[in-house]
Amino acid sequence: WRTRAGGQPPLQAPAGAELWVWFQPTVTDVDKAWKELSNILSGIFCASLNFIDSTNTVTPTASFKPLGLANGTDHHLLRYAVLPREVVCTENLTPWKKLLPCGSKAGLAVLLKAERLFHSSYHSQAVHIRPICRDASCLAVSWELRQTLTVVFDTFSSGQGKKDWSLFKMFSRTLTDACPLASQSKVYVDISPKNKEKELLEVTPPPASVYEAIVQGDKRTYAVYDLLSPSLFNTSRSLNVQLKWKRPQDSSELPTPILHAQRYVSGYGLQTGEISTLIYNTHPYRAFPVILLETVPWYLRLYVHTLTIITKGKENKPSYIHYQPAQDRRQPHLLEMLIQLPASSVTKITIQFERALLKWTEYTPDPNHGFYVSSSVLSALVPSVIAMKDVDVEQSPLFTSLFPSSDGSSYFVRLYTEPLLVNLPTPDFSMPYNVICLTCTVVAVCYGSFYNLLTRTFHVEEPSRGGLAKRLANIIRKFRGVPPL
Amino acid sequence: RTSITSRYETVYRSTTAQEEAALDVATAREADAALHLLQDASLGALTVYVVPETSSHLPQGINVYVGKHRSALVRAGGGLATLRTRLQQLTQVMSFTASSIAAALSDRLPDGQLGPDARRHLKSSLGYEITFSLLNPDPKSHAVDWDIEDAVNRYVQPVLDKLSLVANFSVDSQILYYAVLGVTPRFDKESSSFLLSAHSLPHVINPVEARLGSSAASLYPVLNFLLYVPERSHSPLYIQDKDGAPVSTNAFHSPRWGGIMVYNVETPASPQASLPLHVDVDMVRVMEVFLAQLRLLFGLSREELPPEFLLESPGNEGLANWELDRLLWAHTVENIATVSTTLTSLAQLLDKIGNIVIKDDVASEVYRAVTSAQSAMAKLAVGHLHSAFQASKEAVTSSERAFFDPSLLHLLYFPDDQKFAIYIPLFLPMAVPILLSLAKIVREARQRKKEPTKMD
Repeated sequence: WRTRAGGQPPLQAPAGAELWVWFQPTVTDVDKAWKELSNILSGIFCASLNFIDSTNTVTPTASFKPLGLANGTDHHLLRYAVLPREVVCTENLTPWKKLLPCGSKAGLAVLLKAERLFHSSYHSQAVHIRPICRDASCLAVSWELRQTLTVVFDTFSSGQGKKDWSLFKMFSRTLTDACPLASQSKVYVDISPKNKEKELLEVTPPPASVYEAIVQGDKRTYAVYDLLSPSLFNTSRSLNVQLKWKRPQDSSELPTPILHAQRYVSGYGLQTGEISTLIYNTHPYRAFPVILLETVPWYLRLYVHTLTIITKGKENKPSYIHYQPAQDRRQPHLLEMLIQLPASSVTKITIQFERALLKWTEYTPDPNHGFYVSSSVLSALVPSVIAMKDVDVEQSPLFTSLFPSSDGSSYFVRLYTEPLLVNLPTPDFSMPYNVICLTCTVVAVCYGSFYNLLTRTFHVEEPSRGGLAKRLANIIRKFRGVPPL
Repeated sequence: RTSITSRYETVYRSTTAQEEAALDVATAREADAALHLLQDASLGALTVYVVPETSSHLPQGINVYVGKHRSALVRAGGGLATLRTRLQQLTQVMSFTASSIAAALSDRLPDGQLGPDARRHLKSSLGYEITFSLLNPDPKSHAVDWDIEDAVNRYVQPVLDKLSLVANFSVDSQILYYAVLGVTPRFDKESSSFLLSAHSLPHVINPVEARLGSSAASLYPVLNFLLYVPERSHSPLYIQDKDGAPVSTNAFHSPRWGGIMVYNVETPASPQASLPLHVDVDMVRVMEVFLAQLRLLFGLSREELPPEFLLESPGNEGLANWELDRLLWAHTVENIATVSTTLTSLAQLLDKIGNIVIKDDVASEVYRAVTSAQSAMAKLAVGHLHSAFQASKEAVTSSERAFFDPSLLHLLYFPDDQKFAIYIPLFLPMAVPILLSLAKIVREARQRKKEPTKMD
């Protein structure tokens, strides 16, 4: 996710595939259950989650709290794994769509056709399952399955240079009806005015109602299209939402989010290196803590004594550190820290590492591409500039589940940094072939000729009266006038 | 070569006083219930009571009464020869026969030997997963509700409890929307209904199977029972059998897969009724059909009975004890055959690849499989069905664990021709001059031997 270009995402995801599970306290062997679960999910979603094993699984202590009603205190029941090399593709979208009750036959999901969805700059699918109260009195608990699809279409580059978009242009389809099984089916279009003076954009067809909410510290206005209301399809059989900009935008600057982060690898050569993480707090006057979770594979040996955290030129000591060192070929490094970020500051966290030499069967088929280090996770309760009011779950279930806020003053954010690509010292895999060729050549040529020289026997030979070559040579000599052989 | 022989051991005795008292009741059913309490018949054994010809237990015209536990009442009459034929027929019905054993081994016999109906029954497995699915292709017109949990607890669970000796069962259910059958039904003007003909039924299952999604997450074979509520535009829908008459239960089953039942919703009288129509599924009717299909899938179907036989219905439990015994006989034989096939192919693999390393635990699993199979065969020969079945299950588990061990992968070991490919370019150039000079030495030695006198 490009924060500078896209602003704050509603639900961010790391590069690759991520799986985290809180197990129930009745499970006795959590590791065995984790392995079975990742294999079953890999089969159901056609994703290679079966590569999750102990070398990329960690047990975070503070970063992930169970969603929904469960109160989990024993963090040994939590497992977290990321596969940064996995790419999301059409065969992951199909089982994701199968989980929807109406499938892609009715409702909003008719828009989800793979050929347009993957023609985009960013694509992310998520499935969350959590226990929630069945109704307001909370006498019974039921399971909620939430499926999220986040796609960024770049209409500027694909839409002839104009920033106008419509549902038909993006998905090559329009909405015709709602899913009969849905209790709510709505389309929200963000029409927040940038500067409060003029109207810069126009949405057609005109929305039936407008919803205002404070989302992630910003006051935003949404145009609402309710597919279940009978008046929507009165005028036309299909709904094609269009947005037109009334005057060309001079500067398309999105506001920088209050918390964002970057990560990169520095250093030279193939032996050592340094991982640096930069965390920005752009809030003008409030400081808040952030939990940083880093998972580094075992073949990058971290030197924790070189861990430095510098804010505004001074050292910043974290109030909570949990470090689990790696075991070769068994466990990755786990580093969790609670860092206080002062207002309007940049915090730089650096740690040095050394690259390990792997056994020759452990290299992937393309080892010169590099090895991935998964994204680090930042979890924080960001104070919002504008006070948020409590919204009823019944009225707007979407916003309360996507942007939950327990008190009105801060909202929860989970960010992911970029994944890193590091080169490990790679052996030359063609060497066995070279060795065989060289040895065989040396043996054949040198040994053979030495042996011949040593064991040659000489015997006298009768001078032969002349073969064909000698006769030809004599003929040429006669022409030249030279005495014959 | 392997072969299976079977025999029946018959023991004759007179009735005890308690059994006389139990037989003194009015109807055969009560007699059977009373006798069941007195017996200590173990699995696989049957007790047959020969009652006098004038006894009032059996109704007129019925000469054999088969109870739902392991006993039967046979009317004596017409001499010993008729009694013997009746007993033979009874054994054919209640206990295993040569054809049922051959059917159990059907996967291992070559094709031509058995008829086309041979491979119909479910393979013996340690567990089965049963999935009930409600298919609603038209949720706009029908809002279908079924109380599946109650129906499973009330009707299906007693049968599964009875079958729990055979395997572990797990039941789940799901509702699928917008799932259409693969075949468009024909409209029949005379009955003004839609018909699915018998020869289009095999094509029905395929498109639906992709959405059932059951095989991804289960270790055991899955039995699917689908209840299909046809769309409003295709109602009512009937299934035709081979003769063209509509099937009374409106259902069909596919061996080793499961069953499908079509549930027609009556169109309301007034055409202006508000959509969607609310439908409450009559679970009794549906579960009757599904349980009958379950019996057919397991091979518990009743073949043609001779006319003078009367079978007691097993009631809520779904199957009689002697039917359970028949299933256990077939499964035990099948398990032992599976073990022998698996271990034979393992031995062949070891012959083909000379340098496979067998780990200790694989070896111990193989030993355990062999001893369990031998004990199962010994117990089968004696007739202890229960312990034979347990031993055969252990044997199957051990042999599968040994055979599918990841360390036995063929590609992990260097094939011999790769070793040749590496060493020949090294040794061949070295060996050629040596061999040539050896040949020269041999030639010279022979020449010297031939002409020893040519020396000055």
